[in-house]
Amino acid sequence: MTSVLLEVNGVTLQYKTPRHLVTATYQVDFAVHQSDRYVILGPSGCGKSTLLKAVGGFMAPVEGTIRIRGREVEAPGPDRMMVFQEFEQLMPWKTVYQNVIFPMKVTHKFAAAEATQRANAAIEKVQLSQFRDIFPHMLSGGMKMRVAIARAMALEPDILLMDEPFAALDALTRRAMQQELLSLWDQLRFTVMFVTHSIEEATLIGSRILVLSPHPGRVRAELDAARFNFSNIDDPEFGAMSKRIHHLLFGDETVRGAGHEKVSA
Amino acid sequence: MSVAQQDRRARATERPEFERQLVDSGAIGDVERPLSVTERLMQNETVQRFNILVALIVIWQVYSYWLDDDLLFPSFTETARMFWGDMQSGLLLNRTITSLQTLALGYGAGLAIAAVFTTFAVISRTGTRILSTLTAMFNPLPAIALLPMALIWFGLGTPSLVFVIIHSVLWAVALNTLSGFRAVPETLRMSGRNVGLKGARYVALILIPAAFPSILSGLKIGWAFAWRTLVAAELVFGVSSRSGGIGWYIFEARNDLDTARVFSGLLMVIIIGLLVESVIFRAIENRTVNAWGMQR
Repeated sequence: MTSVLLEVNGVTLQYKTPRHLVTATYQVDFAVHQSDRYVILGPSGCGKSTLLKAVGGFMAPVEGTIRIRGREVEAPGPDRMMVFQEFEQLMPWKTVYQNVIFPMKVTHKFAAAEATQRANAAIEKVQLSQFRDIFPHMLSGGMKMRVAIARAMALEPDILLMDEPFAALDALTRRAMQQELLSLWDQLRFTVMFVTHSIEEATLIGSRILVLSPHPGRVRAELDAARFNFSNIDDPEFGAMSKRIHHLLFGDETVRGAGHEKVSA
Repeated sequence: MSVAQQDRRARATERPEFERQLVDSGAIGDVERPLSVTERLMQNETVQRFNILVALIVIWQVYSYWLDDDLLFPSFTETARMFWGDMQSGLLLNRTITSLQTLALGYGAGLAIAAVFTTFAVISRTGTRILSTLTAMFNPLPAIALLPMALIWFGLGTPSLVFVIIHSVLWAVALNTLSGFRAVPETLRMSGRNVGLKGARYVALILIPAAFPSILSGLKIGWAFAWRTLVAAELVFGVSSRSGGIGWYIFEARNDLDTARVFSGLLMVIIIGLLVESVIFRAIENRTVNAWGMQR
């Protein structure tokens, strides 16, 4: 059927705070296929953002491997473009157009003429053509997020990594952005890995949902959510799915205590 | 509550609709009317600053007229005449150019050394420690206090001046640049590294523009320190090589009790300060941090 793009095998992630060594995830495995909308869902403290950072190459696992197209991930690279939650990911000293074309210029992935054309097309796709030459500080939060998405997509990465990209937006803008992301996916069929703590957002956006349990993050389940979208958000089946995920996350309190002991430094 | 009471209460709070004929608004004039030239001029920053200058000059002139002592406090007109005369004879102009050349040399060298120091400080922890210790030691040390030693080490001449200017520029600029680099948001750093930027390209394309507001304020402080130090140093030991600088011009005039000439030298120091601040640095700010919305 579809080919495996990203393979995560038994990955344990740890990071140091000034006083503790924190285990974020413990022996997590999963596989992302081509054109998946792969959602990582879990409560805070399940290491989902840390996991995304590890895939992005910003931190190395203490155990296990992360492979993209069979190649081990060692450093950050433009084949895995990240979209962050914060608006300050855009460079304030560049206009919308300059921000979008910047990664293409730096990586020399496309010739100059093609890069220009791709940047304009990406800006058009996220409906920001009339704001092309404006600096980010004049844009609203939702517009900044659209620029970040356009910038990531224009480079045509193997996989798009999104770290709770809509969490800082207001409810109405978030809904609009979710719809926009889905319609973009319908046109382009890119592979995206999406981190969220909202069950509803996970069910809407995702085609596969990886449910993680907290302290430390371990795999609880992987679910198929491809059949859910905005048209059946009120169906009982959608509600049943949400309930099922809720039960997976919070239903069995006995499991949560296990593995809670501090990892010795 | 009876029905009649309720009815009465409803009627009391009821607000009748109304329609009316429009009032004639001709008296106020056009809806959108361009501001007159004077109104626009009064809003212009340059004009406002110019007005402040004119006010200061008027106060100066009135005070000196009232004091009536050219030796203690020459009038503005007297100073301006001397200034103009010395500009035309080339004396003041030459002195100023000499000073500015030394300044450019010292400022440039100071910036270059500051760049080297901050690069090390950004690359390694040890570099950060070295820079912060050196800055804590030397930043409070007045550059002019090093002049006597500099004169012994480098002799009477430009090298000594350049040495003290470097000292006055270096620490202020390095300190500001480093704290600017440290304040660059983590997300912005990550989005730079995400596209594969490393080393010098990462510093040039991400860190420097992101830290530009602090770098610019470092440059401004450094420039003021340098100019101040230079004039003071020239006052202390005067001529470097064949021609002296603006400080020497002031010193000579004071020795001759030529107060108007002293004032015209001071005026030159002030004018150059104003020009650099309000023309050069203002232009850089408008084109960078103000346009990017990083400062308002």
